[in-house]
Amino acid sequence: MSVQTMLGLLGQGFLTTLSIFFLTLIGSLPLGLLVYFGKKSRLAPLRWVVNAYISIMRGTPLMLQLMVVYFGPNLLFGVLPPANWRFGAVITGFIINYAAYFAEIYRGGIESIPAGQYEAAEVLGYTRVQTFCKIILPQMVKRVLPAVTNEVITLVKDTSLAYVIGVVEMFTRAKQINSAPDSPGMLAFVVAGVIYWVFNLVVTVVMARVEKKMSYYQ
Amino acid sequence: MNILTMKNVKKSFGGTEVLRDISLTVEEGQVLAIIGPSGSGKSTLLRCATLLTEMTDGSLSYLGEPAAQSVGGRAVYADKARLKKARSVFGLVFQNFNLFPHYSVLKNLTDAQITVLGRPRENAEAKAMALLEKMGLADKAGAYPFQLSGGQQQRVAIARALAMDPRILFFDEPTSALDPELTGEVLRIIRELALEKMTMVIVTHEMAFARDVADRVIFMDGGVIVEEGSPEQVIGHPQQARTRQFLQRYSEN
Repeated sequence: MSVQTMLGLLGQGFLTTLSIFFLTLIGSLPLGLLVYFGKKSRLAPLRWVVNAYISIMRGTPLMLQLMVVYFGPNLLFGVLPPANWRFGAVITGFIINYAAYFAEIYRGGIESIPAGQYEAAEVLGYTRVQTFCKIILPQMVKRVLPAVTNEVITLVKDTSLAYVIGVVEMFTRAKQINSAPDSPGMLAFVVAGVIYWVFNLVVTVVMARVEKKMSYYQ
Repeated sequence: MNILTMKNVKKSFGGTEVLRDISLTVEEGQVLAIIGPSGSGKSTLLRCATLLTEMTDGSLSYLGEPAAQSVGGRAVYADKARLKKARSVFGLVFQNFNLFPHYSVLKNLTDAQITVLGRPRENAEAKAMALLEKMGLADKAGAYPFQLSGGQQQRVAIARALAMDPRILFFDEPTSALDPELTGEVLRIIRELALEKMTMVIVTHEMAFARDVADRVIFMDGGVIVEEGSPEQVIGHPQQARTRQFLQRYSEN
Protein backbone atom coordinates (compact mmCIF):
# COMPACT_ATOMS: atom_id res chain seq x y z
CA MET A 1 0.00 0.00 0.00
CA SER A 2 1.41 3.37 -0.97
CA VAL A 3 1.74 6.09 1.64
CA GLN A 4 -0.58 8.20 -0.45
CA THR A 5 -3.34 5.57 -0.39
CA MET A 6 -2.86 5.20 3.34
CA LEU A 7 -3.13 8.94 3.92
CA GLY A 8 -6.24 9.06 1.77
CA LEU A 9 -7.91 6.32 3.83
CA LEU A 10 -6.92 7.93 7.13
CA GLY A 11 -8.16 11.28 5.84
CA GLN A 12 -11.58 9.76 5.11
CA GLY A 13 -11.62 8.27 8.57
CA PHE A 14 -10.68 11.61 10.05
CA LEU A 15 -13.74 13.23 8.46
CA THR A 16 -15.91 10.73 10.35
CA THR A 17 -13.93 11.47 13.53
CA LEU A 18 -14.64 15.18 13.03
CA SER A 19 -18.38 14.50 12.54
CA ILE A 20 -18.55 12.49 15.76
CA PHE A 21 -16.63 15.22 17.58
CA PHE A 22 -18.76 18.16 16.45
CA LEU A 23 -22.14 16.39 16.56
CA THR A 24 -21.38 15.22 20.11
CA LEU A 25 -20.52 18.74 21.27
CA ILE A 26 -23.52 20.32 19.53
CA GLY A 27 -25.78 17.78 21.25
CA SER A 28 -24.20 17.37 24.67
CA LEU A 29 -23.29 20.94 25.63
CA PRO A 30 -26.96 22.11 25.67
CA LEU A 31 -28.27 18.73 26.85
CA GLY A 32 -25.94 18.98 29.86
CA LEU A 33 -27.78 22.15 30.93
CA LEU A 34 -31.15 20.37 30.69
CA VAL A 35 -29.76 17.49 32.74
CA TYR A 36 -28.57 20.00 35.34
CA PHE A 37 -32.08 21.49 35.51
CA GLY A 38 -33.48 17.99 35.94
CA LYS A 39 -31.06 17.35 38.78
CA LYS A 40 -32.21 20.57 40.45
CA SER A 41 -35.90 20.05 39.72
CA ARG A 42 -38.54 20.41 42.41
CA LEU A 43 -40.02 17.09 41.25
CA ALA A 44 -38.34 14.41 43.32
CA PRO A 45 -38.95 11.54 40.81
CA LEU A 46 -37.29 13.56 38.05
CA ARG A 47 -34.30 14.17 40.33
CA TRP A 48 -34.02 10.42 41.05
CA VAL A 49 -34.13 9.54 37.37
CA VAL A 50 -31.52 12.16 36.50
CA ASN A 51 -29.23 11.14 39.35
CA ALA A 52 -29.46 7.48 38.31
CA TYR A 53 -28.74 8.45 34.71
CA ILE A 54 -25.66 10.51 35.68
CA SER A 55 -24.44 7.73 37.94
CA ILE A 56 -24.74 5.10 35.18
CA MET A 57 -23.16 7.30 32.52
CA ARG A 58 -20.17 8.09 34.73
CA GLY A 59 -19.97 4.70 36.37
CA THR A 60 -19.84 2.37 33.35
CA PRO A 61 -17.46 2.26 30.36
CA LEU A 62 -18.39 4.40 27.39
CA MET A 63 -17.48 1.43 25.17
CA LEU A 64 -20.14 -0.68 26.89
CA GLN A 65 -22.68 2.14 26.59
CA LEU A 66 -22.07 2.34 22.84
CA MET A 67 -22.74 -1.39 22.54
CA VAL A 68 -25.98 -1.08 24.52
CA VAL A 69 -27.19 1.82 22.39
CA TYR A 70 -26.31 -0.04 19.19
CA PHE A 71 -27.66 -3.51 20.04
CA GLY A 72 -30.27 -2.47 22.64
CA PRO A 73 -33.18 -1.64 20.31
CA ASN A 74 -33.00 -5.05 18.71
CA LEU A 75 -32.13 -7.20 21.74
CA LEU A 76 -34.50 -5.46 24.17
CA PHE A 77 -37.46 -4.51 22.01
CA GLY A 78 -36.97 -6.59 18.88
CA VAL A 79 -36.91 -3.40 16.84
CA LEU A 80 -34.87 -3.55 13.68
CA PRO A 81 -32.83 -0.31 13.65
CA PRO A 82 -32.41 1.67 10.42
CA ALA A 83 -29.59 0.74 8.10
CA ASN A 84 -27.31 3.60 9.13
CA TRP A 85 -27.94 3.04 12.84
CA ARG A 86 -24.22 2.41 13.49
CA PHE A 87 -23.42 6.09 13.15
CA GLY A 88 -26.65 7.16 14.89
CA ALA A 89 -25.85 4.87 17.82
CA VAL A 90 -22.35 6.34 18.17
CA ILE A 91 -23.65 9.90 18.18
CA THR A 92 -26.48 9.05 20.60
CA GLY A 93 -24.13 7.19 22.94
CA PHE A 94 -21.56 9.97 22.95
CA ILE A 95 -24.13 12.72 23.46
CA ILE A 96 -25.87 11.10 26.44
CA ASN A 97 -22.53 10.18 27.99
CA TYR A 98 -20.94 13.59 27.63
CA ALA A 99 -24.12 15.42 28.69
CA ALA A 100 -23.86 13.69 32.09
CA TYR A 101 -20.32 14.99 32.57
CA PHE A 102 -21.20 18.47 31.35
CA ALA A 103 -24.19 18.58 33.73
CA GLU A 104 -21.85 17.96 36.67
CA ILE A 105 -19.38 20.55 35.42
CA TYR A 106 -22.17 23.12 35.05
CA ARG A 107 -23.40 22.30 38.55
CA GLY A 108 -19.94 23.01 39.96
CA GLY A 109 -19.80 26.32 38.08
CA ILE A 110 -23.27 27.46 39.07
CA GLU A 111 -22.85 26.51 42.72
CA SER A 112 -19.61 28.48 42.93
CA ILE A 113 -21.41 31.74 42.13
CA PRO A 114 -21.95 33.73 45.35
CA ALA A 115 -25.50 33.88 46.74
CA GLY A 116 -25.18 37.68 46.67
CA GLN A 117 -25.55 37.62 42.88
CA TYR A 118 -28.99 35.99 43.15
CA GLU A 119 -29.97 38.34 45.97
CA ALA A 120 -28.92 41.47 44.10
CA ALA A 121 -30.90 40.33 41.05
CA GLU A 122 -33.93 39.45 43.16
CA VAL A 123 -33.98 42.82 44.92
CA LEU A 124 -33.67 44.62 41.58
CA GLY A 125 -36.78 42.74 40.40
CA TYR A 126 -35.32 40.27 37.90
CA THR A 127 -37.45 37.13 37.48
CA ARG A 128 -35.86 33.74 38.12
CA VAL A 129 -35.47 33.08 34.41
CA GLN A 130 -33.95 36.52 33.80
CA THR A 131 -31.59 36.03 36.74
CA PHE A 132 -30.40 32.72 35.35
CA CYS A 133 -29.99 33.84 31.74
CA LYS A 134 -28.50 37.30 32.33
CA ILE A 135 -26.61 37.02 35.61
CA ILE A 136 -25.78 33.41 36.41
CA LEU A 137 -25.27 31.68 33.04
CA PRO A 138 -22.65 34.09 31.64
CA GLN A 139 -20.62 33.87 34.84
CA MET A 140 -20.99 30.08 34.89
CA VAL A 141 -19.63 29.77 31.34
CA LYS A 142 -16.46 31.59 32.32
CA ARG A 143 -15.97 29.46 35.43
CA VAL A 144 -16.44 26.09 33.70
CA LEU A 145 -14.26 26.76 30.64
CA PRO A 146 -11.12 25.02 31.96
CA ALA A 147 -13.11 21.91 32.96
CA VAL A 148 -14.96 21.88 29.63
CA THR A 149 -11.64 22.11 27.79
CA ASN A 150 -10.53 18.96 29.59
CA GLU A 151 -13.66 17.11 28.50
CA VAL A 152 -13.31 18.29 24.91
CA ILE A 153 -9.74 17.00 24.79
CA THR A 154 -10.91 13.66 26.15
CA LEU A 155 -13.66 13.59 23.54
CA VAL A 156 -11.12 13.93 20.70
CA LYS A 157 -9.49 10.71 21.88
CA ASP A 158 -12.77 8.98 22.85
CA THR A 159 -14.05 9.22 19.26
CA SER A 160 -11.79 6.23 18.56
CA LEU A 161 -14.16 4.07 20.67
CA ALA A 162 -16.60 4.16 17.76
CA TYR A 163 -14.60 1.26 16.33
CA VAL A 164 -16.37 -1.18 18.72
CA ILE A 165 -19.55 -0.97 16.70
CA GLY A 166 -17.77 -0.74 13.41
CA VAL A 167 -18.05 2.95 12.57
CA VAL A 168 -15.10 3.61 10.33
CA GLU A 169 -13.47 6.65 11.90
CA MET A 170 -9.75 7.30 11.82
CA PHE A 171 -8.70 4.70 14.41
CA THR A 172 -10.78 1.95 12.77
CA ARG A 173 -9.13 2.86 9.49
CA ALA A 174 -5.68 2.69 11.02
CA LYS A 175 -6.44 -0.80 12.32
CA GLN A 176 -7.74 -1.91 8.93
CA ILE A 177 -4.67 -0.51 7.18
CA ASN A 178 -2.43 -2.23 9.69
CA SER A 179 -3.99 -5.63 9.08
CA ALA A 180 -4.02 -5.31 5.29
CA PRO A 181 -1.74 -7.79 3.45
CA ASP A 182 0.39 -4.94 2.06
CA SER A 183 0.39 -3.04 5.38
CA PRO A 184 2.92 -0.23 5.77
CA GLY A 185 3.57 -1.51 9.31
CA MET A 186 3.37 0.88 12.27
CA LEU A 187 3.08 3.90 10.03
CA ALA A 188 -0.72 4.05 10.01
CA PHE A 189 -0.87 4.16 13.82
CA VAL A 190 1.90 6.74 14.02
CA VAL A 191 0.19 9.01 11.50
CA ALA A 192 -3.18 8.59 13.21
CA GLY A 193 -1.55 9.41 16.57
CA VAL A 194 0.02 12.56 15.13
CA ILE A 195 -3.34 13.65 13.70
CA TYR A 196 -5.09 13.18 17.10
CA TRP A 197 -2.32 15.11 18.77
CA VAL A 198 -2.46 18.00 16.30
CA PHE A 199 -6.26 18.04 16.57
CA ASN A 200 -5.95 18.47 20.34
CA LEU A 201 -3.31 21.12 19.88
CA VAL A 202 -5.86 23.07 17.84
CA VAL A 203 -8.54 22.45 20.50
CA THR A 204 -6.20 23.77 23.20
CA VAL A 205 -5.33 26.90 21.24
CA VAL A 206 -8.98 27.62 20.41
CA MET A 207 -10.12 27.14 24.02
CA ALA A 208 -7.26 29.31 25.32
CA ARG A 209 -8.49 32.00 22.96
CA VAL A 210 -12.06 31.70 24.24
CA GLU A 211 -10.77 31.93 27.82
CA LYS A 212 -8.82 35.04 26.93
CA LYS A 213 -11.92 36.55 25.38
CA MET A 214 -13.73 36.07 28.67
CA SER A 215 -10.96 37.63 30.74
CA TYR A 216 -12.38 41.15 30.36
CA TYR A 217 -13.83 40.70 33.84
CA GLN A 218 -12.89 38.87 37.01
CA MET B 1 -47.06 58.63 54.98
CA ASN B 2 -45.58 55.33 56.10
CA ILE B 3 -43.40 53.82 53.44
CA LEU B 4 -42.55 50.73 55.47
CA THR B 5 -44.55 49.09 58.25
CA MET B 6 -43.37 45.97 60.06
CA LYS B 7 -45.49 44.54 62.87
CA ASN B 8 -44.66 41.85 65.42
CA VAL B 9 -41.96 40.36 63.26
CA LYS B 10 -40.54 37.05 64.47
CA LYS B 11 -37.88 34.96 62.85
CA SER B 12 -36.43 31.65 63.96
CA PHE B 13 -33.72 29.61 62.29
CA GLY B 14 -34.29 26.04 63.40
CA GLY B 15 -34.92 26.46 67.11
CA THR B 16 -33.05 29.75 67.45
CA GLU B 17 -35.16 32.87 67.72
CA VAL B 18 -33.28 35.67 65.97
CA LEU B 19 -36.07 38.26 65.92
CA ARG B 20 -38.57 38.38 68.77
CA ASP B 21 -41.53 40.58 68.10
CA ILE B 22 -40.14 43.60 66.30
CA SER B 23 -42.36 46.43 65.10
CA LEU B 24 -41.29 49.55 63.30
CA THR B 25 -42.46 52.09 60.77
CA VAL B 26 -40.52 54.35 58.47
CA GLU B 27 -42.14 57.54 57.23
CA GLU B 28 -41.42 59.25 53.97
CA GLY B 29 -38.24 61.32 54.15
CA GLN B 30 -37.06 59.71 57.34
CA VAL B 31 -33.59 58.29 57.93
CA LEU B 32 -33.56 55.40 60.38
CA ALA B 33 -30.29 54.01 61.70
CA ILE B 34 -30.24 50.55 63.26
CA ILE B 35 -27.32 49.86 65.58
CA GLY B 36 -26.44 46.96 67.82
CA PRO B 37 -23.86 44.25 68.45
CA SER B 38 -23.27 41.54 65.87
CA GLY B 39 -25.78 38.75 66.22
CA SER B 40 -28.42 41.16 67.51
CA GLY B 41 -30.65 40.43 64.50
CA LYS B 42 -30.33 43.74 62.68
CA SER B 43 -29.17 42.22 59.40
CA THR B 44 -31.89 39.57 59.61
CA LEU B 45 -34.43 42.34 60.14
CA LEU B 46 -33.18 44.06 56.99
CA ARG B 47 -33.32 40.80 55.05
CA CYS B 48 -36.91 40.26 56.19
CA ALA B 49 -37.84 43.79 55.15
CA THR B 50 -36.30 43.27 51.69
CA LEU B 51 -38.01 39.87 51.18
CA LEU B 52 -34.69 38.00 51.05
CA THR B 53 -35.60 36.03 54.17
CA GLU B 54 -39.11 34.90 55.08
CA MET B 55 -40.41 35.95 58.46
CA THR B 56 -41.72 33.20 60.72
CA ASP B 57 -44.52 35.45 61.90
CA GLY B 58 -45.54 39.06 61.55
CA SER B 59 -46.71 41.47 58.90
CA LEU B 60 -44.90 43.63 56.40
CA SER B 61 -46.28 46.30 54.13
CA TYR B 62 -45.03 48.94 51.74
CA LEU B 63 -47.06 52.11 51.11
CA GLY B 64 -49.89 50.48 53.09
CA GLU B 65 -50.07 47.46 50.81
CA PRO B 66 -49.35 44.19 52.59
CA ALA B 67 -46.54 41.97 51.33
CA ALA B 68 -47.04 39.56 54.23
CA GLN B 69 -49.64 39.22 56.96
CA SER B 70 -49.76 37.31 60.19
CA VAL B 71 -52.35 34.55 59.98
CA GLY B 72 -52.69 32.16 62.90
CA GLY B 73 -49.17 32.77 64.18
CA ARG B 74 -47.53 32.43 60.78
CA ALA B 75 -46.44 34.96 58.20
CA VAL B 76 -48.38 34.46 54.97
CA TYR B 77 -46.90 36.13 51.92
CA ALA B 78 -48.86 37.83 49.16
CA ASP B 79 -48.96 36.52 45.59
CA LYS B 80 -46.14 36.97 43.08
CA ALA B 81 -47.59 40.11 41.49
CA ARG B 82 -47.96 41.90 44.84
CA LEU B 83 -44.45 40.91 45.93
CA LYS B 84 -43.10 42.22 42.66
CA LYS B 85 -44.88 45.49 43.34
CA ALA B 86 -43.48 45.61 46.88
CA ARG B 87 -39.98 45.00 45.51
CA SER B 88 -40.33 47.99 43.22
CA VAL B 89 -40.75 50.23 46.28
CA PHE B 90 -37.38 49.53 47.88
CA GLY B 91 -33.72 49.28 46.96
CA LEU B 92 -30.96 47.55 48.88
CA VAL B 93 -27.26 48.29 49.14
CA PHE B 94 -25.29 45.24 50.31
CA GLN B 95 -22.28 45.07 52.54
CA ASN B 96 -20.36 43.28 49.76
CA PHE B 97 -21.75 45.46 46.93
CA ASN B 98 -22.80 42.42 44.84
CA LEU B 99 -22.26 44.22 41.57
CA PHE B 100 -22.56 42.05 38.46
CA PRO B 101 -18.90 41.39 37.57
CA HIS B 102 -19.56 40.56 33.91
CA TYR B 103 -21.32 43.87 33.27
CA SER B 104 -19.63 47.23 32.86
CA VAL B 105 -20.47 49.91 35.40
CA LEU B 106 -22.92 51.47 32.94
CA LYS B 107 -24.64 48.15 32.24
CA ASN B 108 -24.86 47.42 35.98
CA LEU B 109 -26.94 50.59 36.18
CA THR B 110 -29.01 50.21 33.02
CA ASP B 111 -29.78 46.51 32.71
CA ALA B 112 -32.43 46.25 35.43
CA GLN B 113 -34.02 49.52 34.27
CA ILE B 114 -34.43 48.04 30.80
CA THR B 115 -35.19 44.42 31.77
CA VAL B 116 -37.38 45.00 34.82
CA LEU B 117 -38.89 48.46 34.31
CA GLY B 118 -39.00 48.33 30.52
CA ARG B 119 -37.36 51.71 30.11
CA PRO B 120 -36.04 52.65 26.67
CA ARG B 121 -32.26 52.27 26.50
CA GLU B 122 -31.57 55.99 25.96
CA ASN B 123 -33.58 56.96 29.03
CA ALA B 124 -31.91 54.27 31.12
CA GLU B 125 -28.47 55.40 30.02
CA ALA B 126 -29.25 59.06 30.64
CA LYS B 127 -30.45 58.19 34.13
CA ALA B 128 -27.36 56.04 34.77
CA MET B 129 -24.97 58.74 33.61
CA ALA B 130 -26.67 61.38 35.76
CA LEU B 131 -26.31 59.11 38.79
CA LEU B 132 -22.67 58.31 38.01
CA GLU B 133 -22.05 62.04 37.70
CA LYS B 134 -23.55 62.50 41.14
CA MET B 135 -21.36 59.70 42.54
CA GLY B 136 -18.28 61.30 40.96
CA LEU B 137 -17.79 58.22 38.78
CA ALA B 138 -18.84 59.41 35.33
CA ASP B 139 -15.39 58.50 33.98
CA LYS B 140 -15.84 54.90 35.16
CA ALA B 141 -18.94 54.12 33.06
CA GLY B 142 -17.00 51.77 30.79
CA ALA B 143 -14.98 50.10 33.57
CA TYR B 144 -15.71 46.68 35.07
CA PRO B 145 -16.30 46.28 38.81
CA PHE B 146 -12.97 44.50 39.44
CA GLN B 147 -11.16 47.59 38.19
CA LEU B 148 -12.67 49.78 40.92
CA SER B 149 -11.75 50.28 44.57
CA GLY B 150 -14.19 49.06 47.23
CA GLY B 151 -15.45 52.58 47.84
CA GLN B 152 -16.06 53.12 44.14
CA GLN B 153 -17.83 49.76 43.85
CA GLN B 154 -20.10 50.65 46.73
CA ARG B 155 -20.94 54.01 45.13
CA VAL B 156 -21.82 52.18 41.91
CA ALA B 157 -24.02 49.83 43.97
CA ILE B 158 -25.82 52.83 45.48
CA ALA B 159 -26.31 54.28 42.00
CA ARG B 160 -27.61 50.92 40.74
CA ALA B 161 -30.23 50.88 43.49
CA LEU B 162 -31.19 54.53 42.89
CA ALA B 163 -31.56 53.95 39.15
CA MET B 164 -34.71 51.94 39.90
CA ASP B 165 -36.32 54.99 41.59
CA PRO B 166 -36.98 53.33 44.95
CA ARG B 167 -39.15 55.11 47.53
CA ILE B 168 -36.95 53.73 50.29
CA LEU B 169 -33.35 52.60 50.30
CA PHE B 170 -31.90 50.02 52.71
CA PHE B 171 -28.21 49.83 53.55
CA ASP B 172 -26.74 46.70 55.13
CA GLU B 173 -23.51 47.85 56.82
CA PRO B 174 -22.48 49.72 53.68
CA THR B 175 -18.95 50.49 54.89
CA SER B 176 -18.08 47.31 56.80
CA ALA B 177 -16.26 45.68 53.87
CA LEU B 178 -14.26 48.80 53.09
CA ASP B 179 -10.76 49.87 54.10
CA PRO B 180 -11.05 52.63 56.70
CA GLU B 181 -9.76 55.30 54.32
CA LEU B 182 -12.53 54.48 51.83
CA THR B 183 -15.53 54.72 54.17
CA GLY B 184 -15.66 58.53 53.93
CA GLU B 185 -16.58 58.66 50.24
CA VAL B 186 -19.50 56.27 50.78
CA LEU B 187 -20.77 58.01 53.92
CA ARG B 188 -20.59 61.35 52.10
CA ILE B 189 -22.95 60.04 49.41
CA ILE B 190 -25.43 58.71 51.98
CA ARG B 191 -25.31 62.04 53.78
CA GLU B 192 -26.11 63.83 50.52
CA LEU B 193 -29.08 61.54 49.99
CA ALA B 194 -30.31 62.33 53.50
CA LEU B 195 -30.15 66.04 52.70
CA GLU B 196 -32.29 65.36 49.61
CA LYS B 197 -34.84 63.72 51.93
CA MET B 198 -34.34 60.21 50.57
CA THR B 199 -36.08 57.72 52.85
CA MET B 200 -33.43 55.36 54.21
CA VAL B 201 -32.87 52.55 56.69
CA ILE B 202 -29.21 52.10 57.53
CA VAL B 203 -27.73 49.23 59.51
CA THR B 204 -24.37 50.55 60.59
CA HIS B 205 -21.49 50.37 63.02
CA GLU B 206 -20.49 53.98 62.36
CA MET B 207 -21.86 55.66 65.50
CA ALA B 208 -20.73 59.18 64.66
CA PHE B 209 -22.28 58.84 61.23
CA ALA B 210 -25.56 57.44 62.60
CA ARG B 211 -25.78 60.26 65.09
CA ASP B 212 -25.13 62.78 62.39
CA VAL B 213 -27.34 61.55 59.58
CA ALA B 214 -30.27 59.73 61.21
CA ASP B 215 -33.58 61.20 62.33
CA ARG B 216 -34.23 58.16 64.43
CA VAL B 217 -32.05 55.44 65.91
CA ILE B 218 -32.98 51.92 66.94
CA PHE B 219 -30.70 49.94 69.22
CA MET B 220 -31.21 46.20 68.86
CA ASP B 221 -29.89 43.41 71.02
CA GLY B 222 -30.91 39.77 71.34
CA GLY B 223 -33.57 40.07 68.65
CA VAL B 224 -35.53 42.89 70.28
CA ILE B 225 -35.57 46.66 70.04
CA VAL B 226 -33.98 47.75 73.31
CA GLU B 227 -34.15 51.45 72.77
CA GLU B 228 -35.53 53.76 70.13
CA GLY B 229 -35.56 57.52 69.67
CA SER B 230 -33.66 60.48 68.31
CA PRO B 231 -29.89 60.08 67.92
CA GLU B 232 -29.52 62.58 70.73
CA GLN B 233 -31.50 60.28 73.04
CA VAL B 234 -30.25 56.85 72.01
CA ILE B 235 -26.60 57.57 71.26
CA GLY B 236 -26.21 60.77 73.29
CA HIS B 237 -28.17 59.88 76.44
CA PRO B 238 -29.07 56.19 76.40
CA GLN B 239 -31.60 55.17 79.08
CA GLN B 240 -31.08 51.42 78.98
CA ALA B 241 -28.10 49.76 80.63
CA ARG B 242 -27.56 47.49 77.61
CA THR B 243 -27.39 50.46 75.24
CA ARG B 244 -24.92 52.24 77.49
CA GLN B 245 -22.80 49.12 77.74
CA PHE B 246 -22.74 48.69 73.96
CA LEU B 247 -21.87 52.32 73.28
CA GLN B 248 -19.21 52.33 75.95
CA ARG B 249 -17.53 49.24 74.57
CA TYR B 250 -17.80 50.88 71.20
CA SER B 251 -16.04 54.08 72.18
CA GLU B 252 -13.29 52.08 73.87
CA ASN B 253 -12.46 50.30 70.60
